[in-house]
Amino acid sequence: MITHPRTEELAEAVGAWIDQIRPSLDPRNAFLARVAANAMATIGRELTLGPVAEARAIHAMAEVLGHEGTHGELNHALCGRIQAGEFTVETPGLLAALKVMARDQIAIDQPNYKPEGTPPPSAA
Amino acid sequence: MTVDVLATLPGLAQRLGGDGAHLAAAERLSGGASMETWAFAVDGPGGHEDLILRRRSAPFDPDTARSVSLATEAALIQATGARGAPVPTIRHLCDDADGLGEAYVMGRVEGETLGRRIVGDAKFDAVRGRLARQCGEVLVPIHATPPLPGLNLKVSDGEGELNRYEEVYRASGAERPILDLAFQYLRRRLPTPVEPVLLHGDFRNGNIMFDAEKGVAAVLDWELSHIGDPAEDMGWICTNSWRFGRPDRPVGGFGDYADLLDGYQAAGGRPIELSRVRFWQMLGSLRWGVMCLTMYLSWANGIERSVERPMIGRRVSETEADLVVLLEEGL
Repeated sequence: MITHPRTEELAEAVGAWIDQIRPSLDPRNAFLARVAANAMATIGRELTLGPVAEARAIHAMAEVLGHEGTHGELNHALCGRIQAGEFTVETPGLLAALKVMARDQIAIDQPNYKPEGTPPPSAA
Repeated sequence: MTVDVLATLPGLAQRLGGDGAHLAAAERLSGGASMETWAFAVDGPGGHEDLILRRRSAPFDPDTARSVSLATEAALIQATGARGAPVPTIRHLCDDADGLGEAYVMGRVEGETLGRRIVGDAKFDAVRGRLARQCGEVLVPIHATPPLPGLNLKVSDGEGELNRYEEVYRASGAERPILDLAFQYLRRRLPTPVEPVLLHGDFRNGNIMFDAEKGVAAVLDWELSHIGDPAEDMGWICTNSWRFGRPDRPVGGFGDYADLLDGYQAAGGRPIELSRVRFWQMLGSLRWGVMCLTMYLSWANGIERSVERPMIGRRVSETEADLVVLLEEGL
């Protein structure tokens, strides 16, 4: 990948421009523009955080399944084992692996989302 | 079909307000992806009237959308209102003469529907602690309303809902291990069947108008109404996607399970076990995850090209982050 600019910088620049013109838009388009700016931010996060998240998911799935593969192959195999009823919530390591994958994905898609189990904000 | 609503409203204002009436104000309120909401006002011989127009902007597909028609929605609002549920007044059901497609007009209720404000705004600090109990109370007249004949509301239970959403999930081609595990988990823990009742079907923070002093002002957005397990309406308002950043307050981001259940029972509802609500809450996260996939697919298939749709598809991961914790905790 070239670096001047990096792809995530292009996404950042487009997102900043959308934010800049938002105040001039009618309410519906202002709403859609906010969604579009969020999409650019998601693209930026996927570009920066995605490779590590994918490597971690591959490692976690391979561990549970007991064999290697690409992300797509392992994900497909994992879904198959669950659908067949061979893997359940009791399967050692399964929920822990899925939790790592879920946390990494939410960090890309919606870093401000507070999942179930998040403690209340501190009074400070 | 594209309708220029702004150009149509003056005619509607005249029809509603009578001779000499005119449109005093009109503004689209940002909102749902398939439904448009407009605030408008009529000045006429009878005085000033603040109204809301609700109209369908995306094609109506009862099979995939599950929505009821807006005429049915209006009928349900009237029927539950007659039983004492807090709902807006239905003012007018639009017909061909209005040129607005499927739509109705209701009286405007003052209050707040933005979930994040109800959960976090200091204005609601005083009333917030009472809201979960009130939500339990208002579900009682809704669930006690005899399903109206002729409306053909869908009937479903836990297993039916799982079948329905699993079919949509499989057809999507998406492979998400957490969704698969949630389907399997819930299928093995189906609640015992109960007598089905009329459900609001989308009873959550965001679809309820709250007043900062008196609490629940009106239950809105009846398009997903159907017949089923009363715990379904309770589980949905406990689904974390509608807690707006306060997962520590399970009911809508503002209250506790016990208050919701106590309010329901105190107002005459049949007692409901927490584990049953938790089943529906988890199914709620799963359902929302599948709905997010569906919204993405409507974009991918070219049915709805708004940028909003694929971005909602990226909300599947919020339901996965919630489901994986619920799977650890159990019902």
